[in-house]
Amino acid sequence: MVQFTLPKNSKITKGTVHEKPVDAKNLKEFRIYRWNPEDGKNPHVDTYFIDLDECGPMVLDALIKIKNDQDSTLTFRRSCREGVCGSCSMNIDGTNSLACTKGIDEVKGAVKIYPLPHTGVVKDLIPDLTNFYAQHASIAPFLKTETPEPEKEWPQSRDDRAKLDGLYECILCASCSTSCPSYWWNEDRYLGPAILLQAYRWIIDSRDEATGERLDNLEDPFRLYRCHTILNCTKTCPKGLNPARAIANIKRLLIERRF
Amino acid sequence: MRMQTPMRTPLKQARGLGSARGGAEHFWRQRITALANVPLTVFFLYTLVTLAGADHATVVAYFKFPISALLIMLFVISSAWHMMLGLQVIIEDYIHHEGFKIAALIGNILFTAFFGLICIYAIVKLSLGG
Ligand code: SF4
Ligand code: FES
Repeated sequence: MVQFTLPKNSKITKGTVHEKPVDAKNLKEFRIYRWNPEDGKNPHVDTYFIDLDECGPMVLDALIKIKNDQDSTLTFRRSCREGVCGSCSMNIDGTNSLACTKGIDEVKGAVKIYPLPHTGVVKDLIPDLTNFYAQHASIAPFLKTETPEPEKEWPQSRDDRAKLDGLYECILCASCSTSCPSYWWNEDRYLGPAILLQAYRWIIDSRDEATGERLDNLEDPFRLYRCHTILNCTKTCPKGLNPARAIANIKRLLIERRF
Repeated sequence: MRMQTPMRTPLKQARGLGSARGGAEHFWRQRITALANVPLTVFFLYTLVTLAGADHATVVAYFKFPISALLIMLFVISSAWHMMLGLQVIIEDYIHHEGFKIAALIGNILFTAFFGLICIYAIVKLSLGG
């Protein structure tokens, strides 16, 4: 739903400025969104200073360093620290990205870090992606076949396999979906770029036999057609994928099958 | 809109009322009217420039010519249709209250039909010499 102001309990207040590390020559400032569901307070932005000479190159390195050295209450998700798990997606310097692949040196001035936009916050930098995952489940992200399973495997030509390139790499980090205004306003009914890219990945899979059924399930003014080609998704995807093109392809197939 | 309704699973909520099995038609019409609008708008602008400051008799003479009257009518139909489709999208995007939404969608259709008809009537009247 369109909201022009934050609800009262979401208004961001001033936070703590943590002390600078002593003897540090190469200081970098980090301003980080904090919210704890248990203390009853509004969210606030805390400031930390990191000695870059003592820290790894990525934003995630800085977050881990802060958690280890300065403030163990700082809460965020991470796992692989190499851009394949999708856990550490957050809004860094105004853009949704992966903390583990975003270099600190890519940000001029203070590094501002917020949770993914327009999501419920579980704590600090952790967004509530319950609906996002349920939407993913709703498109049946697995091979559907009726032909009896072949003894060895479902064969696929090289050309058909190549059609999955640019799709299978998606790590479901939700950066694209949460950067999309259309998803902000209608996330309850619009599937959003990430899930539509995933849906297309199965539609275009030469081995899948449920293509028509998948298209039927997407042909909906809200599920698919809330996409107005704003292209924030493609701009923000930290894996360099193009969800907007996948969506355009779904729309094209829906026209193609009519004539 | 965040609507964690208690005692309903996230999947139940994500699936909602299911797919409407529609929307491609709307999408297609919006594209076609957009395409048609390009030459038609050029012709409409040409008409405006040609008739700027002209007296009533000149305007009537212009619209008596069937091609100009028909092209302007096409322009009215195509652009009104395009406007209606576009407004529908905006209403669906931003109005979430079911009652208001339905009212706005109906209003959109009636509004478009009404003003479209007024324009068509005016063109017919002119081309018949009024
Ligand atoms: S398309 Fe890119 S931004 Fe979107 S979920 Fe997949 S990896 Fe993340
Ligand atoms: S920690 Fe896995 S993608 Fe960043």
